[in-house]
Amino acid sequence: MFPLIQEVEKRYLRKDLPDFRPGDTVRVHYRIQEGDEKERVQVFEGVVIRKRGGGTGATFTVRKISFGIGVERTFPLHSPRIEKIEVVKRGKVRRARLYYLRGRYGKAARIKERL
Amino acid sequence: MMVEGLIGRKLGMTRIFNEAGEVVPVTVLEVGPCTVVQVKSVETDGYNAVQLGFMPKKLTKLNKPMRGHFLRAGLDHGFYILREFRVEDPSQFKPGQVLTLESLGVEKGIKVDVTGKSKGRGFTGAIKRWGFSRQPMSHGAKQVHRKPGSSGASTFPGRVIKGKKMPGHYGNETVTVKNLLVAEVIPEKNLLLVKGAVPGWPTGWVMVYFK
Repeated sequence: MFPLIQEVEKRYLRKDLPDFRPGDTVRVHYRIQEGDEKERVQVFEGVVIRKRGGGTGATFTVRKISFGIGVERTFPLHSPRIEKIEVVKRGKVRRARLYYLRGRYGKAARIKERL
Repeated sequence: MMVEGLIGRKLGMTRIFNEAGEVVPVTVLEVGPCTVVQVKSVETDGYNAVQLGFMPKKLTKLNKPMRGHFLRAGLDHGFYILREFRVEDPSQFKPGQVLTLESLGVEKGIKVDVTGKSKGRGFTGAIKRWGFSRQPMSHGAKQVHRKPGSSGASTFPGRVIKGKKMPGHYGNETVTVKNLLVAEVIPEKNLLLVKGAVPGWPTGWVMVYFK
């Protein structure tokens, strides 16, 4: 890959976001378009189960249990639509991809806190 | 635009965000600066055009005829690539003049055509080359999974029709992609970001035509 491309990507990267890792619980404030002109901020809170990619293509996936159903949402990390990300809790995990959470719920899906 | 297009080089693809926050896949092209090497006009050549050069090359790396060509244009170096572009009015140009995205006023939002040489794929089967369907992998199929199938009928016409799509050499040919949206222009680095894919490989030459 050409260094010039990385330089192009640099213009689109966000540096205002907090540092977070898989296992952390985050609250993502995401601007969504409703209808034609209406815009509102939606909050999605859950555990980060994956961070992938580099440059402008980096994404992260947040998993939560909503009314008993597991919901996962993948956000582009550098998207201008992300208003802000709050780190609610830091988790201590031993792997980078927490897919094992998908088969678990309740007590079994707990994550130790990282202090 | 005072000139039909410019010469550039493909650098590769990435993705950017537009004003709406949507992800746009883009190809990064290094376009220009291009230098006018020769001006052609109706009186002398029968048509109006400029010959542009891109990517400087040392005179010592050129053969004698080429060296003479560049020296006549008043340059102290040559170019790796020369291409002609049609112009309306050749009197606006003189050899040695430098054209860039900035000086031509290329802005984001316009449409461009991009011509390049596609990646060579060598001798290729009909599936990849023409999009033919594969044959069954089982149910009695034997060694025919990726074959092109029948190439014609029986006694009538008794021959294979000319132009029948068959396996053969694929790629390494000039391809033009039309109406690509310019997603961003970075004039200080001579970069042009167009939405979508462009034929060829990174470092491959491309010709960008403005509309």
